Amino acid sequence: MNKIKKITKMQLFLPIFSMLLVMLVNVIYDLVSGNAPFGFFSISTQVTSSGNTILYGRLIDILNRGSEVAILAIGMTLVVSASAGTDISVGSVMSLSGGMCCMLLAGYGVTNVSEYARPLWVGIGAGILVAVVCGLFNGFLVAYLNIQPMVATLILWSAGRAIGLLLCNSAIVYVRVPSFQFFGSYVGFLPTPILIAAICVLIMALLLKFTALGTFVQSVGINKKAARISGFNSAKIILMCYAICGLCAGIAGITATSRIYSADTNNIGLNMELDAILAVALGGNSLGGGKFNLAGSIIGAYTIQAITTTLYALGVSSAQAPVFKAIVVILIVVIQAEPVREYFKKLSAKKAAAKEA
Amino acid sequence: MDSNIALTMRGICMTFPGVKALDNVDFTLKKGEIRALMGENGAGKSTLIKCLTGVNKFEAGEIHVDGIEGPIVNKDTMDAQHKGISTVYQEVNLCPNLSVAENLYIGREPLTKLGTVNRRKMNQMAAQLMKDLDLDIEVTKNLEEYSLALQQMIAIARAVDMESKVLILDEPTSSLDDNEVEKLFGMMKRLRDQGVGIIFVTHFLEQVYAVCDGITVLRNGTLVGEYTVEELPRVKLVAAMMGKDFDDLASIKPEGTMDLEHAPLEIEAKGLSHSGTIKPFDLEIHKGEVVGLTGLLGSGRSELARVIYGADRAQSGTLKVGGKEAKVKSPIDAMNLGMGLLPDDRKAEGIIGDLSVRENIILAMQAKAGIFKKIPMAKQIEIADKYIEMLQIKTASRETLIKRLSGGNQQKVILARWLATNPDFLILDEPTRGIDIGTKTEIQKLVIKLAQEGKSLIFISSEIEEMLRTCNRMAVLRDGAKVGEIGGDEMTQEGVMHAIAGGAAHE
Repeated sequence: MNKIKKITKMQLFLPIFSMLLVMLVNVIYDLVSGNAPFGFFSISTQVTSSGNTILYGRLIDILNRGSEVAILAIGMTLVVSASAGTDISVGSVMSLSGGMCCMLLAGYGVTNVSEYARPLWVGIGAGILVAVVCGLFNGFLVAYLNIQPMVATLILWSAGRAIGLLLCNSAIVYVRVPSFQFFGSYVGFLPTPILIAAICVLIMALLLKFTALGTFVQSVGINKKAARISGFNSAKIILMCYAICGLCAGIAGITATSRIYSADTNNIGLNMELDAILAVALGGNSLGGGKFNLAGSIIGAYTIQAITTTLYALGVSSAQAPVFKAIVVILIVVIQAEPVREYFKKLSAKKAAAKEA
Repeated sequence: MDSNIALTMRGICMTFPGVKALDNVDFTLKKGEIRALMGENGAGKSTLIKCLTGVNKFEAGEIHVDGIEGPIVNKDTMDAQHKGISTVYQEVNLCPNLSVAENLYIGREPLTKLGTVNRRKMNQMAAQLMKDLDLDIEVTKNLEEYSLALQQMIAIARAVDMESKVLILDEPTSSLDDNEVEKLFGMMKRLRDQGVGIIFVTHFLEQVYAVCDGITVLRNGTLVGEYTVEELPRVKLVAAMMGKDFDDLASIKPEGTMDLEHAPLEIEAKGLSHSGTIKPFDLEIHKGEVVGLTGLLGSGRSELARVIYGADRAQSGTLKVGGKEAKVKSPIDAMNLGMGLLPDDRKAEGIIGDLSVRENIILAMQAKAGIFKKIPMAKQIEIADKYIEMLQIKTASRETLIKRLSGGNQQKVILARWLATNPDFLILDEPTRGIDIGTKTEIQKLVIKLAQEGKSLIFISSEIEEMLRTCNRMAVLRDGAKVGEIGGDEMTQEGVMHAIAGGAAHE
């Protein structure tokens, strides 16, 4: 009994619990519909038309499709913690970053190439750089001009995608070169996006473990004034968080662009800022800033993707999926809400008392 | 139950994670009695009150209230109020933009037949209540038009009008001046004569003797004893609270003070200023010297210190630290020059509430080391444990969140944060505010010890007595300007008062 109590008190309990719940739905569905009972978890190999062997399965699909949101969630977690606000421009910045990259690789005004106009690293470097600049711009507005995060990032939320469109001369720019497609396809048998997300998460985890990044960001997020008196440069730290958030948006943008080997600026990263924010919240992090838990956000990101994939598996059409997604999200958020948790605590206490008597 | 007993609590036990907050505590309150509930920070005063009002759930024990059969357990403060137990806190929890009458009857307004508020009746009832309590208050005016003391009395009036048998006053005098305290005491005495039992929680010893009939002392969650005022003179009360004999406070300063005149200068400020807060001032502080900043609240005491520390950026003048010209643009610059500042507003500028005691202690060290040089966990634990032991910080563990600690212990953690950086020059702004007398003495002793080690300090306090005990010299401030210094023979209570008030001979 005590052990159960300990587990339920852990910070990550609810995010993990939500994730398991979504998986359970899959298992039940598989059982009811007469599929293999654990078809959801089965991972098999498939041979593609080009003769490569790749991993295949719903789990792999969730990990693969959830990569961009997971990468965004890293940056978003820091921004939320340090500034008690959200960066709503990340989806737009993803698109801008992809547009910048493809424009350079194809050459301005060219819409379809099968050869690079410039070396690959220039395109990717510039794409990520422009995203970091966007992050710095957001950070400057928030940290030094004290503009509310929502308002400050609203600027690039609306402008970022449009600038991307300008760069691409209002067209979809295709870069049909295998080495560019690599970031959105497969490395050996594993989808590359999974690897990219894993590397990003790993780097951030190492930074948190071996530098004082966590202490710096959380101190500023919890009590800016006290942090300043204790020697922290709050503005600089907030600026840094937004820059990292921009960097993450850049990486996610290149990944998303590479998947479709084209800069579809109108659609890349569309509404993804909301998924990223939701991932942070599902991870049990307070959107009011302060303490954060990176692992929670990452689990949250994949939970969102798991919900989407599950709905598709259940045969819900992509147009109706948001409705069901909303219902599931409401359930998860309600379970995590403080009053509901208190209620369940009281209930279990009553039960324990009844048992004693 | 004895008919003249208003309240009894028997064998109350309450545990917080890792700490036994109350251990078998008894408490008795007679009708028509004002009883002081005394104890150091963390002794269990607030916890006991919260058990009584239903905020905390106690694990064992019984509470009996006059007029109710059998033991009671309150679900929340509303429940307690229905059973005749009302509480008035330090901060007035009323609505300043509503009228006095509205505040008095909010949530229980007299209604007309149509179900709307019967304002005429409400105002009449309010006026009668004010008259009964001998308060000269216009009930139709907004609450904000009255002083804090009167607001507090209105809060009390609201509480007693709900037919309280037991009235709890939790630090009601903290934000009142002497005159206002007198008025409040007058009201307390009138209520006592009407038969209300009053529990009075305060830090001010003299107030206990001015108004109370009995004293109950707690220490470390246990009952030390229940006394009448006559049984327990001041010195004995302090001894009972601290659990040891009262140190002779006057004797903490070393005999034959060092010759500081010829000690090297640590801080030399010339013409420093910050517009709107402090006019240009000069200040010199020698190594091993404690300089007090004195003046009325808002005279620029804190502001002067903040300019030296870079918390407010100096707009003119020069600063030399250890003989060298220094540029201090922000606190981190000052810290790199060996300074530290314990701010007066502990909650707003001191603690990082959601971080642990350990993280709060190593915070300034980590800021100095920079983001990439994380202090290894083993070292963090070592440092945290060292200061928890050295300053006797009462905490369940080093990983407890600092916001769960009592005020005095939070202050010790902030102090530890600065001691850990081994500063040459430490500014302490009201380090003992809201702290019990035992901890106060410890902090004062620490100040003197640090000075003996050759560190320089600025000590700011509203209590002249404690400044006289710790400071070698004092700078006097008035209306945002430094107006003079006093030292030597002038360092007496009267001398300081005189200097603050103006007209010191050497200005």
